[in-house]
Amino acid sequence: MSEKQELLVLKSKTTEMPYHWSVGREGAKFLQELRDNKKIFGMRCSKCGKVYVTPRRVCGPCFTPIKEWVELKAEGTLEAFSIVNYKFIDPNTGDIRPVPYTYGYIKLDGADSTLSHVVSITDSSKLRAGMRVKAVFNEERHGSLKDIKHFEPINGK
Amino acid sequence: MGQRVGIVGVGQTHHRSRRKDVNGIELINEAVQRALEETGLTRDDIDAVVIGNMDHFEGINYVDMWSVEGAGAIMKPIMKVTTGGTTGSSVAISAYHHVASGLFDVVLAIGWEKNSESDTTGGIITCSDPIWDRDYYAGAIPSLAVEASAYMKAYGVTEKDAARVSVRDRKNALRNPFAHLRREVTVEEVLSSPMLSYPIKLLDICPRTDGAAAVVFASESVAPKLTRQPAWVNATSVSHSYTYFGDIDYTSISSLEIASKDAYQQAGITDPFRQIDVIELYQPYSFAGLKWIEALGLCEPGEAPQLVWDGVTDLEGELPINPSGGVLSTNCIGATALLRVGEAALQIMGKAGERQVDAKVAVATGFGGCYWSDVMILGKEPR
Repeated sequence: MSEKQELLVLKSKTTEMPYHWSVGREGAKFLQELRDNKKIFGMRCSKCGKVYVTPRRVCGPCFTPIKEWVELKAEGTLEAFSIVNYKFIDPNTGDIRPVPYTYGYIKLDGADSTLSHVVSITDSSKLRAGMRVKAVFNEERHGSLKDIKHFEPINGK
Repeated sequence: MGQRVGIVGVGQTHHRSRRKDVNGIELINEAVQRALEETGLTRDDIDAVVIGNMDHFEGINYVDMWSVEGAGAIMKPIMKVTTGGTTGSSVAISAYHHVASGLFDVVLAIGWEKNSESDTTGGIITCSDPIWDRDYYAGAIPSLAVEASAYMKAYGVTEKDAARVSVRDRKNALRNPFAHLRREVTVEEVLSSPMLSYPIKLLDICPRTDGAAAVVFASESVAPKLTRQPAWVNATSVSHSYTYFGDIDYTSISSLEIASKDAYQQAGITDPFRQIDVIELYQPYSFAGLKWIEALGLCEPGEAPQLVWDGVTDLEGELPINPSGGVLSTNCIGATALLRVGEAALQIMGKAGERQVDAKVAVATGFGGCYWSDVMILGKEPR
């Protein structure tokens, strides 16, 4: 048997992702408010009182339906973050995701869970868990979390 | 409670970054043959099989069908388990449930992954919600790094403290002939290794490994006939908590706190630090070797760095953690948590070779999903 490396290449054509995901009624309202009014809404569980963002129809720990909407401030606290330095293919787009970027969990004022998003600065010496940040909206919005361009530090905090 | 169950045999491959000489089915078969040899069983003695990996990572699907020849599962009940990083521990706990139910006497648990054939980061990203989590999620490393950032802020823990954990596990791996990475490192080398995703550097994180593990679970009537000292399952706990990464409180790991407390209660453990003899911790990165042993109740929050610097968790210490070299040395994803169970079992059975420590009670953990945890406690005595 030959020890020389030979590759069997299986070719495929470029394909679009054939998926159509439903966001649900609550998800739709959340995204519409974000797109049309630059507002971020959370939802409060009537049993444990926890305010979730992003929205959902059921509280996992309580297993209770959630109905109450709560408008949140577009600013909050960066609870945890990392600066992604390595390249990889983004399975959402098929392209290399641009790096470095700062990936963070932001607890918006009035919410109990955090929102995962990006932060505008990538210098670790200027980032710290606990810093205050605010949402910057895109001028053109299409009804996705990307309608928030990024979060940026609130000066002096 | 069901019937009592013991682990009677452990088989594993010699783990490597690339096993181009075998396909996945053949890789699985190596581990299965070794587990059968160890117990003196044949394929015909196996009543059922539980198998797990993250099959879409390799671009295959339906692994229970795909692997059936290598697994030795033809014409037998077989169940697939796919729960992310916890796959291997969920496989083990499922195999335990099969035997404990009284419906099966001998069940084979298999975990494996061939990362060299996998788009691991892309695969992990597609585990997160496509609308709410996927756009910014970047796979395993940053999702652990965010936890480290919150832990460092809460307790003043440093990157140097975490580096000491890497030094320990990478040194232990020198004694494990099956481990993938076997090179000793210094604290300075860890700190100066390339920054992948702040604050995680190359030597803080686990590798991508090709490998498989197979563990044989047997009922109390059969186990003592197969081995002199079975590793008796004293407790199992599954704590699979959230779907969305934003729901996690990154200053603690509540799933591991809950699972370990539950398991300790089942096993009659009231003072974990004194009563546990060895831990195989699913520790995918160095900081977990600090924060997560606090969650296990070994010390108070923020105290783990001192424990680790004092050598308490070293191979010669009072409570050795990861004598095998752990996940930092070998990470074949679907097998990773099953290797924790298998290595803990080898410690109880007295078959851990050069990495053997003195152990009557061993704890194995699994981590994965959206900060999910599994715990299994093994002992020399059945409970």
